Amino acid sequence: MSDRGMSERGMSETFTPQNWRPAPFLPERDERDGSLIFVVAVLCFLACLTAMGVIAANRAAAGWTGQLTGEATVIVRPRGGETPDAAAARAAEALAGTAGVSEARALEASKAYDLIRPWLGDVSDLEDLPVPRLVAVTLDGRHPADAAALKAALAKQGVDATVDDHSIWIKDIRRAGGVVQALGVTIFLLIAAAAAAVVAFATRAGLAARRDVVEVLHLAGAEDGFIARLFQVRFARVAGLAGLIGAGGAAALGVGLRIAGGGGGLTPALPFAWTDILAVIPCPLIAAAVAAAAAQFTATRLIRDMP
Amino acid sequence: MRYGQGPDVLSHLNLALAPGSFHFVTGPSGAGKSSLLKLIYLAARPSKGLVHLFGRDVVHAPASEKPKLRRRIGVVFQDEMLLDHLSVFDNAALPLRIAGRKPADYRNDVAELLTWVGLSQRMDAMPSTLAGGERQRLAIARAVVNRPDILLADEPTGNVDHEMAVRIFRLFVELNRLGTTILIATHDQELIARSGRPVLHLENGRIAPRPAPMPRPAAFGPLS
Ligand SMILES: Nc1ncnc2c1ncn2[C@@H]1O[C@H](COP(=O)(O)OP(=O)(O)OP(=O)(O)O)[C@@H](O)[C@H]1O
Ligand SMILES: [Mg+2]
Repeated sequence: MSDRGMSERGMSETFTPQNWRPAPFLPERDERDGSLIFVVAVLCFLACLTAMGVIAANRAAAGWTGQLTGEATVIVRPRGGETPDAAAARAAEALAGTAGVSEARALEASKAYDLIRPWLGDVSDLEDLPVPRLVAVTLDGRHPADAAALKAALAKQGVDATVDDHSIWIKDIRRAGGVVQALGVTIFLLIAAAAAAVVAFATRAGLAARRDVVEVLHLAGAEDGFIARLFQVRFARVAGLAGLIGAGGAAALGVGLRIAGGGGGLTPALPFAWTDILAVIPCPLIAAAVAAAAAQFTATRLIRDMP
Repeated sequence: MRYGQGPDVLSHLNLALAPGSFHFVTGPSGAGKSSLLKLIYLAARPSKGLVHLFGRDVVHAPASEKPKLRRRIGVVFQDEMLLDHLSVFDNAALPLRIAGRKPADYRNDVAELLTWVGLSQRMDAMPSTLAGGERQRLAIARAVVNRPDILLADEPTGNVDHEMAVRIFRLFVELNRLGTTILIATHDQELIARSGRPVLHLENGRIAPRPAPMPRPAAFGPLS
């Protein structure tokens, strides 16, 4: 190909049958390829970004619920002559001995004051108020105790307390996570479908524009499969290249975000991981496969219409 | 035969070309010369009737066997049908490549043939840079390069000067001598007269003076 290109421009090398190399039956380059590669690369880029986003968002939702399900908060109200701290200590002790609890820790009084200070303002004698104490409970990751079990354990010790196992939050977060995920998957599927459609459409258009090649090869006695394969390889290569560019761009952006986001990923809200970048790998392969299938389909139909 | 839902462009045609024969087909423009050739080189199907080649019905031959049949037929198309992204040499070598031959086995033959048709200086040129007559000569080279059993040429000398026309005719005669059955559609009455070969005259899709029936294997059944 290249030596012929040279001699064609009247370069040093002169043509002889001995230095002739059979040229590909299909032109290697086509002016239409540029726009096809651009559009497919952009769509692949977007599809890869969405895929990585969906994966990261999925992990984020799992992380939030995991943190929340692993913990419960108990609000202890002192009863009778007991001091709040003593009540909290008793509650912590009771909870620690409960099955499904790995740790129960009475928080310092200041933590409780910090929580209510915004509502009361900076009252100087805040410490004199009978403020409930908090007990932070870390649940056993495998078999977490539920709110009822915690309540029962506290009631047994005669502690007046309210158990918050975050179940309301978890439900909300699960729902929000599900919505984000469904949305992400939908967007991803739409973009992927658009990319596939563009690849298929461009392949068909490109093939129709090369009808002359199909016709000449067909009449010269080339097998249908041979002709179809030429187009398959040709368009799979173009689409694969476009997919590679798009996926590469998305991966590069992913690396950038990961580095810029520091240890916690992009932000704590979207914990982007190095492994998420691997999601771009199938992209060029899928693009190439779609193009190959479209080329095969179109070429076979084009040939079948010929006598 | 007909194109789509159009009128019959060939009808009541019954002709047989003996293997190794050499015929011309003439007739006014639109008479159906190209259509007749298309039937034979399997680029068109008759709406009715039969086409026999190499002793067999090729209209109803399974699609999988047609490539093999097509490789035995060389065609000079009226509109050349060269591939513009391939060099002259690549265009000429195309039938050999499709037949699965090795470049080392045929590169010198292709070069020799291109030299014979006067394209030795243009072997690495692109067809778009060729003159009309040069394109036609390339189309001829491609048609004969594989030593086909049947050669069909549609106006092969329409764009070349008389001297080149004679030269090309000699190429056809040489091929015919080696056993190729030849059918040439042309308006070139002088060439026909000088050749002394039999002529089929087509008019309105029918043969005007009926040629003597000849035996198979290259035969056409009645067309309507
Ligand atoms: N692809 C086509 N679609 C529809 N009609 C066609 C097609 N090709 C040829 N025809 C019609 O078929 C008839 C015969 O055409 P054909 O090309 O066989 O004539 P021809 O004898 O080769 O003419 P010429 O000497 O001008 O090449 C004409 O009426 C033409 O209009
Ligand atoms: Mg014609």
